[in-house]
Amino acid sequence: MLEAAWLIPTLPLAGFLFLVFFGRRLGEPLAGWIATAAVGGSFLATLVVFVGLIGKDPTERFYIQKAFTWLQAGSFSVDIGFLVDPLSITMCLFVTGIGTLIHLYSIGYMHGDKNFSKFFVYLNLFVASMLFLVLGDNLLLTFLGWEGVGACSYLLISFWFTDPANASAGKKAFVTNRVGDFGFMLGTFLVFSSIGSIRYADIITSSESGAIATKTATVAVALFMLGAAGKSAQIPLFVWLPDAMAGPTPVSALIHAATMVTSGVYLLTRLNPLLEVSSSNMRLTIAFIGAITGLVAALAAVVQTDIKKVLAYSTVSQLGYLFLAVGVGAYVAAIFHMVTHAFFKALMFLGSGSVIHGMADEQDMRRYGALRKFMPITAGTFIIGWLAIAGVPPFAGFWSKDEILLSAWSYNDGALAGKLLWLIGLITAILTAFYMTRQVILTFGGDRTRYYDATTEEIQSVYDGRVESALARVTLAETAQEEATAAIAKAEAEVEKRTEAVSAAATKLSEATLTLKAADPEDEGYAKLEKALVKAEKGGPKAETSLAKAQTSLADAKQALIDAENDRSANAVAASDARSDRMNAPKAPEYVTALTAAPDVAAFEDELPDSYRERAEYHPHESPWTMTLPLIVLAGLAATGGLLNLPFTPDLKFLEKWLSPALYGNEAHVGTQTSIKYVLAGIAIVAAFSAIMAAVAVYLRGQRDPETIEKPSLALAVKYDEALAKFMGGPGKEMFDGLTVVDSSGVDGGVNGIARLVTSVGGSMRSLQSGLVRSYALGISLGASAIVLWFLARIFS
Amino acid sequence: MTALVLAAESASFAPLPLLVIVPFITAGLLLLLPANRSDYHKIVALAGSVITGAVAAYVLKTFTVGESGFQFVVSRSMISDLGINWTFGVDGISLFLIVLTGLLFPIAIGAIDPHHDSKPYYVWLMLLMAGSMGAFMSLDLMLFFFFFEVVLVPMYFLIGGWGHGNRVYAALKFFIFTMAASALMLVGITALAWLSRDIIGSPTPVFDIRDLGTVTPSLTLFEQRLIFITFALAFAVKVPLFPIHTWLPDAHTEAPTAGSVILAGVLLKLGTYGFIRFGLFLFPGVAYEFRYVFLTLAVIGIVYGAAVATMQSDLKRLVAYSSVAHMGFIVLGIFAFNSQGLSGSVLQMVNHGISTGALFMLVGWVYERRHTREISELTGLQSAAPIMAAVFTLVMLSSVGLPGLNGFAGEFLILLGGFSGARWWTVVAVTGVILAALYLLWAYQRVFHGKAEGENSTMSDLTWSERLWIMPLLGLIVFLGVYPKPVLERIEPSVDALITRMALVGDLVEAEPDAPANPAGVAELIGVAESSEEGEHGGTDTQDHTEEEG
Repeated sequence: MLEAAWLIPTLPLAGFLFLVFFGRRLGEPLAGWIATAAVGGSFLATLVVFVGLIGKDPTERFYIQKAFTWLQAGSFSVDIGFLVDPLSITMCLFVTGIGTLIHLYSIGYMHGDKNFSKFFVYLNLFVASMLFLVLGDNLLLTFLGWEGVGACSYLLISFWFTDPANASAGKKAFVTNRVGDFGFMLGTFLVFSSIGSIRYADIITSSESGAIATKTATVAVALFMLGAAGKSAQIPLFVWLPDAMAGPTPVSALIHAATMVTSGVYLLTRLNPLLEVSSSNMRLTIAFIGAITGLVAALAAVVQTDIKKVLAYSTVSQLGYLFLAVGVGAYVAAIFHMVTHAFFKALMFLGSGSVIHGMADEQDMRRYGALRKFMPITAGTFIIGWLAIAGVPPFAGFWSKDEILLSAWSYNDGALAGKLLWLIGLITAILTAFYMTRQVILTFGGDRTRYYDATTEEIQSVYDGRVESALARVTLAETAQEEATAAIAKAEAEVEKRTEAVSAAATKLSEATLTLKAADPEDEGYAKLEKALVKAEKGGPKAETSLAKAQTSLADAKQALIDAENDRSANAVAASDARSDRMNAPKAPEYVTALTAAPDVAAFEDELPDSYRERAEYHPHESPWTMTLPLIVLAGLAATGGLLNLPFTPDLKFLEKWLSPALYGNEAHVGTQTSIKYVLAGIAIVAAFSAIMAAVAVYLRGQRDPETIEKPSLALAVKYDEALAKFMGGPGKEMFDGLTVVDSSGVDGGVNGIARLVTSVGGSMRSLQSGLVRSYALGISLGASAIVLWFLARIFS
Repeated sequence: MTALVLAAESASFAPLPLLVIVPFITAGLLLLLPANRSDYHKIVALAGSVITGAVAAYVLKTFTVGESGFQFVVSRSMISDLGINWTFGVDGISLFLIVLTGLLFPIAIGAIDPHHDSKPYYVWLMLLMAGSMGAFMSLDLMLFFFFFEVVLVPMYFLIGGWGHGNRVYAALKFFIFTMAASALMLVGITALAWLSRDIIGSPTPVFDIRDLGTVTPSLTLFEQRLIFITFALAFAVKVPLFPIHTWLPDAHTEAPTAGSVILAGVLLKLGTYGFIRFGLFLFPGVAYEFRYVFLTLAVIGIVYGAAVATMQSDLKRLVAYSSVAHMGFIVLGIFAFNSQGLSGSVLQMVNHGISTGALFMLVGWVYERRHTREISELTGLQSAAPIMAAVFTLVMLSSVGLPGLNGFAGEFLILLGGFSGARWWTVVAVTGVILAALYLLWAYQRVFHGKAEGENSTMSDLTWSERLWIMPLLGLIVFLGVYPKPVLERIEPSVDALITRMALVGDLVEAEPDAPANPAGVAELIGVAESSEEGEHGGTDTQDHTEEEG
């Protein structure tokens, strides 16, 4: 049955190849089903191998299947060969098992994406690479898988490539991992140069026989640790993982929570005999890196508002536990927690995906609340995941985390370093329970969904609108003012003109009167003069009427000016009022609890933009069965995963017994007495419950302002990331830029300069023109032709 | 005709001369065609190059695996008074360079058409093919030099005649750099031939490298050093090594696409091939003595080339600088002086030819469509051209050295060998692996990711014929990554023979008596000192252990 091992990676690989060529034609959803079937088949193959392995005597559970020789040069030779042992099969079981579920989930999640089949192409390739990583019988095949999963991670993070943020995140993940690969590669070289082979079988025998010096082993382990820190997102290389959440959520669940990120820990566990030879300080370094990463990431998780970012930092933090476990020699605890973490973290990532899916792509937890009413299955399963990670018995996470804390406590028969590690681990556990409770309350708890609240931007837009309209009215009034001023000028001119007309009429009347008086009535022109007088008498009142009219319109215009001025100043006041109003506009709160009230918008509801009303019509919904079924299965596993390795009696430690052949007696012996075991477990339970209660008090009951807790200064991890980015964008880039300048002016200039020097010395070559070189070139070709012709002539002679 | 005569004259079918003669005759045929029938020109050139490629494939097929010496050797006297002969032969080291040449030329001819004057364009390309083939299989030093020089001419005219922008400057620079360096080599070759005549006591100067191999150890150290330096200079320019690499970005950027493909894929290999065939083989002791110089320059090239590539704004220039870095790896492997390093280098020559050739084709196709290579003017091409983006991704990942693709196999062996032979140089060189990811992924992000606007959003995807032409390269990228064994098993015997020879003839142990980094690989290969060394290691190991436990 062990012979079926080759099928485990080959099935997803076949699925990948098939979909590369036919995926687009098959389209949605068939391509997804085929991909799921390929991984499902791989899971079945793993089960067959698993059963076969159980059937063997524990000491014989080590089987190598060679496909063909991959690379060979001199004394170096490496195969495409699979190593089947309890460790690799455990990994395969959960990789293919969870892989199948996430493939199934993706069919629903990726519904409607225009690159639906491409997504499954990458996903299948990822699973195949991951299985090569796990099953490789040598460091190089593991490295093949290692880089393969890295490449798939790159391709999947930047899957929606039109958004620059996604593209950057993908590149960042790959390049940061490459820094780790630097360590992996050098470690591989060092192993080869010291034992002449990079096969695990040889590394194990050489380590056990003492053929590897402690110094060599220590350096090698340090190098592999760097590689592992890249893949498993530990200090100093963790920065890529939070950004990696830009990828589609199933990718976050499968690659960036459950499987790929555990491969660093897998590598170190696989190399446990080498670790055992290395200096104990080296191993302690691994433990402390894990512990500190765990703490720093947990602190950062407390202040995140994006649902996936919380889970991302949480993943970094939980991976820290795994490093801690490996460092103190608790390999079983590491694998145990790796498996349970895969269950509950995949569950919660998929749950968050379901939430995002149901909430029209909203990822900000401050916009959630009471979602349990809309998506009961997602909420119920997510809550199980929460209880598991928070360390509440009897859920899976409690047992595995407790194993790690216990191993830390009893490190080196109770050395101080172990106690310190335990303390850091405990603080991390408290923080974990706290931020996860916060997440659950903000997402599913409370009575109202903040999604419908007007956002700060929307409210702002109302106030902006008011200021704008007041300003528009001011402008209007100003125009009116100008118009009125012009009208006044015109009216004044008219009045003047009319006043003159009145006096002219009066003059005419008096002239006419005098003329009439002086005239002889008997004269024949007298009647004419009389007529003129009548006319002049009439002209006076007429001109006066016109004058009065002009005066009225002048007064009107003056009044209009006054009105406009009043209007303008009134509106200017209104505008400045609106401006200062805007400063005090209600805002959606930055620090949110379940009790947080919606910003009061009753006064201006009609003025809110359309997005507000559109949202009101949106109904959050539960996801389709392809998405909820994986959630239910994972929830079951997250609830019961602890059964794998119960600590009560040695008989119940199934995982420990199962893994022991692959650990070569290197598993640290936990020598603590039973009473201490229970005391520590008790402390952990009390700590978890206190943290949950604290979070409930803050976020559900509102007994304390969250602002006092979510201090930005907690996010050391974020600060580190920013500082790094700043360096790369600043001095780092300048350095590279400098080199480029040196190349074009310095090096090239220098070389050209020498050429110029030579040409100026050689006087005849002073004018090196293309014509000269052309003739030189032609000379060469003529010469060559001559030689060839001569040769041909000789042949025919 | 000539081919037939030659073939008939030798007892059995001699394929090697055909590799030179067929393209040469094709060039002649092209000259007879009317200048305005560009369709005929392409068909004739394609046919000639395909036939040549087929002959190369035949050589590959009938090559005897496991034999370290030269195969298919043919020899005819050329200038008998001077002892210069037409001597051709291939071994595991040159075999795949010939196959690569036979593969890249038809693809370069088929995939991209010249914009004008197709007749001389194809004539020059065919002459270039003949010259490259000749250089890789010449066993006569003077003949090698002849071909080594001859390839400059067609390349010069290709860049100057069909290039872009600043093409005359670039062509001139290319020509002067390579010409100046090889002029010195001619002096070295001549000196070597006459000195050898005296030692052997032959009536003519000696040019056959098989004979020279037995002579060079008898030269004085001073003579060896001088001659080696003249050789090394010529090859260093060709590779090119830092700081004489500056002709390469100019030549690459301005060359027509086919020219860039051939330059990167074939011509640069003349330098690294020369180092192995004529540097290491003839002067193992001196080469070993000078190894730190070349290791240092190689490692500078790796890091520096990658760093400068990162900041390029021109996509083609970026690929050109990536070549500087990649060729650095190959030189590192050569001067690691062990089986892994050398096999890796030979393998990587082939891989670099395939990947970088493909990259230049893709950049060329982008240029044909968008008439710009400025990275800042290209955005979001993946939306408009998903197939091109997919192909680019695969080639890029190969160039980055992703395991399972061809670029990794060679790079890994080089670094593995380097780690045994030159540990600290290799540690620095591995950072080049990080940088390679940085500059290529960043370039990809800027060119293919993001939102496409304007002309970028309407750019056409790869045509069926383009897909067809690049397909063989893509196939090889995957095949050689997954199953490089057919190549490695043919390379290895020759490489091992070379290493054994270097260890024995080169007197390496004496050349550097108290070198701490005495290459374990060499010692291992001679079969001496292996057990004693390991015993020593074991001893210290146990000591460490006891200390630790105590």
